[in-house]
Amino acid sequence: MKRRNSSRQDKIFNAVNYSVFLIYTLICFFPFYYLFINTISSNELTGLGLITFYPKGIHFSNYIQVLKLKGLPNAALVSLARTIAGTFLTVFASAFLGFLFTKKEMWGRKFWYRFVVITMYFNAGILPWFITMMNLGLTNNFLAYVLPYIVQPFYIILIKTYIESIPNSLQESAQLDGAGYLVVFFRIILPLITPILATVAVFSAVNQWNSFTDTLFLMTDSKYYTLQFVLYRYLNEATAIASIIKSSQGPVSTNLQNMQTPTSVRMTVSMIVVAPILLVYPYFQRYFVKGIMIGAIKG
Amino acid sequence: MQIKYKSKMVIKDKYRLFLMALPFLVLTFLFSYLPLHGWLYAFYNYRPGIPLRENEFVGLYWFTSIVSNPTQTAEVLRVLRNTFAMSTLGIITSVLPVIFAVFLSEIKSSWFKKTVQVLTTLPNFISWVLVYSFAFALFSTNIGFVNRILIQLGFIERGINFLASNKHVWLTMILWSTWKGLGWNAIMYLAAITSIDPELYEAARVDGAGRLSMIWHITVPGIMPTYFVLLLLQIANFINNGMEQYYVFQNAINKEYIEVLDLYVYNIGMIGTSFSFATAVSALKSLVSVFLLMIANGLSKVVRGETIL
Repeated sequence: MKRRNSSRQDKIFNAVNYSVFLIYTLICFFPFYYLFINTISSNELTGLGLITFYPKGIHFSNYIQVLKLKGLPNAALVSLARTIAGTFLTVFASAFLGFLFTKKEMWGRKFWYRFVVITMYFNAGILPWFITMMNLGLTNNFLAYVLPYIVQPFYIILIKTYIESIPNSLQESAQLDGAGYLVVFFRIILPLITPILATVAVFSAVNQWNSFTDTLFLMTDSKYYTLQFVLYRYLNEATAIASIIKSSQGPVSTNLQNMQTPTSVRMTVSMIVVAPILLVYPYFQRYFVKGIMIGAIKG
Repeated sequence: MQIKYKSKMVIKDKYRLFLMALPFLVLTFLFSYLPLHGWLYAFYNYRPGIPLRENEFVGLYWFTSIVSNPTQTAEVLRVLRNTFAMSTLGIITSVLPVIFAVFLSEIKSSWFKKTVQVLTTLPNFISWVLVYSFAFALFSTNIGFVNRILIQLGFIERGINFLASNKHVWLTMILWSTWKGLGWNAIMYLAAITSIDPELYEAARVDGAGRLSMIWHITVPGIMPTYFVLLLLQIANFINNGMEQYYVFQNAINKEYIEVLDLYVYNIGMIGTSFSFATAVSALKSLVSVFLLMIANGLSKVVRGETIL
């Protein structure tokens, strides 16, 4: 009797539990889906807000049209360039510094390690930071997207801990054979630490791609605008976006139904901004999860 | 002979290692330490474009004006109120990821669990600009999804302008940050749950414990240490809300409630003309924040016998 009761309770528990997670998951995913179906639906219907749950009048011309907008291809290039260059340099610097800091014979090792790590815990604030960047000539300068992010204490800690968990004998035998530090680093350490490098790479790539405030602070020249920044402007400057569309539209070539509207442009650019994340995320999710787990063990 | 040769090599090596690290140490200095000199601007009446030395030195004027100038006091209090509201709501909602993890780990179907995890962690990896774009698409007055649905169902007659509203600003902000972070923040707890000894559950089952009682007596105590650490970190960051979320969502109508400290400093320092005053506020903020971190760290030492730093 009691058993039967508890299995019924179990069933109710499961039903409620599954439904709540199903609903929440739908809430998380729906905005992505909603934007996507709107970008491939007839722009006329989208402009009237008539696309709610499924696409109507499917076409893909938005994705081609939007690339003709003034400044957009350039913004995409800037975003791509900073993501690639920034990720590469961050990964390399984190690996190299993580390696150097495991070398006990380094001059002032403890001091310099603390010198780097302690920067995680204080912050001068955005205005002093802005003044510094200005004095260094890093306003309206692509290097501002890369240089400040090269040394990241958190990644250095992750990699240093990882290297310390590798048996030292490999390095020692190489050194006995006369290999210098650089040879040991490139030939022995780098191949062994690729799993942790992948984690660092995906995190720093996402951060680079999503970065928005640095453009806001430092760049006034539209040459250096990123996709995120351009999207923000499209969302907020209704008149600006209308004139951009007007100036980019061919005279009669586009049909009336799928003419670019502020709404269609906003949604399509949003999809372009989110696409790399959507494409990459399912495959790399385990790296993200691993990253946060290793961080947790340290913290 | 050989010993001498070896010791010479060691000296060379230790400097060589340092020299290899040097370029990166210089970068650290430039981007993390050098900006600290910018706090000097809080002691001047700085006007952009004029070299610092040529501006009038005003000592602690900007710091004292926070309390002595009534309009500035009122402004700072308003901004502090928003900061405290957002951070307090953040601390209250920090139990949500715990609940999320506890109940998700009760789900047996592994594909369902995995799908939920992938799709609920996804929003964590998009930028706030994109979140705002979603908000724009879903909640705008005339054509937004939510207004369309509400009108179709007959709940409202005309669209509501959700985004340009000064009502429930704190609530909507916390809802968006929950939407973005809940699934991701639950991951730590999910991992903590998998490391609980399965024998505990076995023993409880033999004793006739029900599902909810096992959750309450085994799972929850098992993840409390993790929760405690994360809560302390959140307390340490009590006045650091960041500005990105609030910046993208701000407009003339909700500004009174959405302006948190970081955003306020940006608004009056970079957009407005009170560079020195903003620097003073931000320098004070940085000091308080280091102080809070030290308190949280000390608390952790006392309670857990371990520091969080």
